[in-house]
Parts: sequence; C-alpha cells; structure tokens
Amino acid sequence: MSDVRNVIIIGSGPAGYTAALYAARANLNPLVFEGSVTSGGALMNTTEVENFPGFPDGIQGPELMDKIRSQAEKFGAELIPDDVTELHATGDIKEVKLHDGTTYRARSVILATGSAYRELGLPKEKVLSGHGVSWCATCDGFFFREQDIAVIGGGDSALEEATFLTRFARSVTVVHRRDSLRASKIMQDRAQANPKIRWAWNSEVVDIHGDAKVSGIRLRDTVTGEERDLDITGLFVAIGHDPRTELIKGVLELDDAGYIKTEGRSSRTSVPGVFACGDVVDHEYQQAITAAASGTTAAIDAERFLAAVEDVTNGLDEGAVASAAKERTETVANWSAVTH
Amino acid sequence: MADTTSAPKAVTDETFDAEVLKSDKPVLVDFWAPWCGPCLQVAPVLAEIAAQHPEITVVKINTDENPKVAASAGITSIPTLNVYQNGELVKSLIGAKPKPILLRELADFLN
Repeated sequence: MSDVRNVIIIGSGPAGYTAALYAARANLNPLVFEGSVTSGGALMNTTEVENFPGFPDGIQGPELMDKIRSQAEKFGAELIPDDVTELHATGDIKEVKLHDGTTYRARSVILATGSAYRELGLPKEKVLSGHGVSWCATCDGFFFREQDIAVIGGGDSALEEATFLTRFARSVTVVHRRDSLRASKIMQDRAQANPKIRWAWNSEVVDIHGDAKVSGIRLRDTVTGEERDLDITGLFVAIGHDPRTELIKGVLELDDAGYIKTEGRSSRTSVPGVFACGDVVDHEYQQAITAAASGTTAAIDAERFLAAVEDVTNGLDEGAVASAAKERTETVANWSAVTH
Repeated sequence: MADTTSAPKAVTDETFDAEVLKSDKPVLVDFWAPWCGPCLQVAPVLAEIAAQHPEITVVKINTDENPKVAASAGITSIPTLNVYQNGELVKSLIGAKPKPILLRELADFLN
C-alpha cells in the first residue's frame, strides 16, 4: 500500500512544525496539514517573542514560525495548507479527510491542533465582534488610538496585550476576576509600571453595552456582587484557550479539563499510533518552547512506534519484538502485539 | 497554487470609490495590514477565490496606508471582508475563515 504514509501531522504551531522537522530528519516523509487559515498557530497573533532560546534580541512570532516551517521543509516535510475535517484514528491505518473528501492514509498520526480563544460567553460578544470586541491585540490595537479600552484576563497573554495596546490607546483597564495575577513576574512588573494601565480587580464582565459598536461594559465585583459600568470603546478578550479536540471527540481519552490525555511524559494517547503534542495536551505551560519540545517527543514516539510495527510485519516473532520494543518503551511493545 | 495574475488588486483611499463603489460587479474588499498575522494567513485563500470566481472582484486595502476608507467603513478588526454591491455594503465578515466557510458566506455573489 504505497499510498499509506508513515506519519500525518495535523496542526502547525511550534509543536506541529517541530514534530515535522524531527520526523523528516528520521526519513519518515511526514505529511503536515497546516490548516488553511491557522497555519503557524497562536504565535501568528503575537509580536515580539522574547523567551525562545537562541534569539537574544527577540524574534517576531510569525517570523519564528516561518523559520521552523522552513527548517522542516528543508528536510523533506510535505506541507499542505488545508484543514482536516475528519480523522479515523482507531485502525492500524489511520484515515484523514479534507472538506472536499480527499483522503490521506498513514500508519501514525500526530495531533498538534493547539487551542482556540476562550470566549466570555456573553450574548452580545459575537454580534459586536469586529465592532469593538477583539481577540487579537496585535491586529486591532491600531484602530483604538487615543481611546479608552479594556483587556479581560490576568495571565501572561492579557498583560502582554495590555502593555502592547498602550502604544495606541489613551488608557487600558485590565479586568481580572481575582485580586492577584497569574502572569509571570516580568510581565506584571512591566504592566504595573505602565502609567496608561489601570486595574479592575475582582471584576467580571456581565454585559457589553452598545448596539452597532461597543460603548462600555458592565462589571460585577466578584467579592461584593456590586455592579458598575466602565465606559470603553474596545474590549480585548484574553481569558485563556480551550484545546481544539473536535476531530477526536469520543475517540481519544481526554483529561478532566478537556485536553488530550497522554501517558506519562510521552505523547502517546489512548489509541495506538496516535500521538499528541503542544497546546492540545498542555494546560500547564503553553509556551512556544514547551510546545516545540513536545513536538519532538511526539515525532520520536511515532518513529519508535513505526519501527515496532515494522518489526512485527517483517515476521520477527512476537517475543523478540516485545523485548526489543521494551527497550524503547513498554507501551510500544503492547501496541505491536495489538497490531500483529 | 493560485493564479497570481488574478491575485487581489490593491485599492487605496483615492481609488476606492471608482474601483469598489462604482463597480458593475460585486466587490469583496479585504481590509488588512502587514502586522496582522490572520490577514497574512487568509490572503492565499482570497487569492484562490479571486482566481476561481471571476464573477466577483476581489481587492485588498492596506488599512495602515489608507485610514480614510477604513475609518468610514468603521473597521476596528482585521481581517474584515466586506462585500459591496452597487455601492452598498451588503455583507461583512470578521476574521480569517477557511475557504469552505467563506464560499458558503459568499454564495449569494458567486455562480
């Protein structure tokens, strides 16, 4: 079956591209579905990345993604800028379908589908999206020159956005549900030293005002329950992300928070031959470098899995396969027995 | 890859009226800027639609260099994809969306 690939990678942030780089260097000829409008992943919406090792002067998020992508391509990764709409993951041969019905097959799949912005869940949020409600400070900050705006959230992304937005806005109010921040110390210090940044502690947004465009928000104090209005024309939502697991709902085991469950420090999911890496498995760290590292893990896990499967199909006896595979990992040995 | 000869033409504050509002055909305007990641991500999809659907004119306007049109259109988020027909705004799509979704949203203007 010559049309069966070794490995298909779904997703293309630092995790997907790094998995592609490693798989390509292992001569696995990986096929990568980058996403039609999501290629490069979440870093495409950032500006300066200051904490990726090897770039002491910082690097722009999109440029970093372009570099890792080129590196993967250089070693033979095949990159397709399209979306996977269906995945059949449980058989020995995995099937991936695109919206036009085109089907691709592989012995293993690496999921690096990342995460999607979490919404506030307010009725007017969608209607006013693009009319004052924004999910991308780097894209839209420019349109809020000399205006009073708000950022919702208390993590690194929220403070980074707030700090970035002070380049344009007259004032930026950070609205956070608690009285302390999750963000890293350096981001906190930077934001707290910024004279344009104001703080609305213990506050949650309960309503967005405005019909054709945002004119304000209604805040509720999470301690006293008191409500008040804040007049703003722009609202940037940075309250975190949810893992993108639509493709494998009901097929792979998820953890309590909805992320794909992997075994120990590996990238192995509950289905043999399916590996997961990046933000879709990680609710703890979510950094470009940790995503890249987990992409590496996934490529190596896939490589070992494929080697174990090949041993079985080459007719080595199961005992020999099992013991050889045990040196790699115990679970792969179990899988090779399963695939036999 | 998309035929680059039908890649979306750039319009400006000066040419918007003639090229968009006075066009005989419906015009899809891509409001974008070079610093906007999702704008760059959706650009190849728009080039494909332009190449495959001559019944709609696809143009792009750099909102950084052409603030007048962006301001009068009330743009506060990019990419915004606006469709104008007979000088009127008839459709507005916010954000980078995959091609099948764009084609569905634009179905009224496509053959």
